[in-house]
Amino acid sequence: MLEIINRTKEKFRLTDLKKQRSDLVFFAVPRKEAVKIITYLRDLENFTHLVLITAVDYPELNRFQLTYLLHNYNNAVSIGIKIMIPRNKAEMDSIHHLWAQAATYQRELREMFGINFPGSPGIEENFALEGWDDIPPMRRDFDTKAYSEKTFFPREGRISYDPREYMKVKLYPEDKEE
Amino acid sequence: MENNNKPVNLGLSAADRELFCEALPVVRKPLQNFIEKFLNWARANSLWILGFGTGCGAIELRPLMTSRYDMYRYGIAPRPTPRQSSVFIIGGYASVKTLKRIVRSYEQMQNPKFVIALGSCTINGGMYWDSYNTINRIDAYIPVDIYIAGCMPRPEAIIAGFGKLKELILAGKGEGANKYADNFEWYKANQRKIIKDWNMPDYNW
Repeated sequence: MLEIINRTKEKFRLTDLKKQRSDLVFFAVPRKEAVKIITYLRDLENFTHLVLITAVDYPELNRFQLTYLLHNYNNAVSIGIKIMIPRNKAEMDSIHHLWAQAATYQRELREMFGINFPGSPGIEENFALEGWDDIPPMRRDFDTKAYSEKTFFPREGRISYDPREYMKVKLYPEDKEE
Repeated sequence: MENNNKPVNLGLSAADRELFCEALPVVRKPLQNFIEKFLNWARANSLWILGFGTGCGAIELRPLMTSRYDMYRYGIAPRPTPRQSSVFIIGGYASVKTLKRIVRSYEQMQNPKFVIALGSCTINGGMYWDSYNTINRIDAYIPVDIYIAGCMPRPEAIIAGFGKLKELILAGKGEGANKYADNFEWYKANQRKIIKDWNMPDYNW
């Protein structure tokens, strides 16, 4: 694992290096170099498995953090690549040419976070939310409870009684009338 | 049935519009005699369910089919198509995307049709009550005959629910399809409120 990181370090600018476990390392890379690094890891370091692509919303930093998790079957090690992208111009280079299944992750990210991946196949299509017309629901400034109350038909909750008062009325109705 | 010159099936493209019937559902009044009683007896004893697992509750239907619970002894059998089935089981939560398919499947079922809603999600949203994509109550979109509470209800509870449904049908109260036809505008307005891309016919036969 250390050798892989050292070799990668020589070629690219890695920041924020964090060893999560003996077989899992996270580092941050600039947005422009991300696809280059992922291609390098896949083709030369045998990280052939794209585990996931996910995003975290940081409205206070005005950033999205994209995480690409890659796995190497030869050494059974994983690498997480973190990329910060601006929130107002949420766009990232597509990696569907490296792994075809990345297109599905990218469709999901576009729908749930509003991050665009130009050139990714089917990126404009609906994924799970058909005809969504609000802000993307996984952004943290989206109020899911308010949206649910506005859109669906909430059923009123049940009435709760104070057990002592309730049983008093029920068991001794005469007392109440007095 | 007249549709008062209202434009229908506007969600479809012009080419597709010709493929679908424009007639809306009509209320079929039950006969008030022994024939209806006989028909109700027959309906109550051949509850064929639509094999459409809409949520996690569908997992509770599998044990019903096995020898341990054996729903076949009550005349309950799964069917692969809505056109052959009379009972629609909503298995738990329904997302907006699923609801679109639920509405289409429900409308394709032949009258009389009955709906059993499993689990708390169908009643008030359950643990997804504040979700952006899960409906809170199914009876705003299609008429429901029986609710079975629980998260999830056990197969015994589902069999008890089927028993209750049988009683309803025998008593002539399984009138969900007529209720749907009667309040068609209301149901459609509710469905349209949440199904934003209405690219389906207004009513499916």
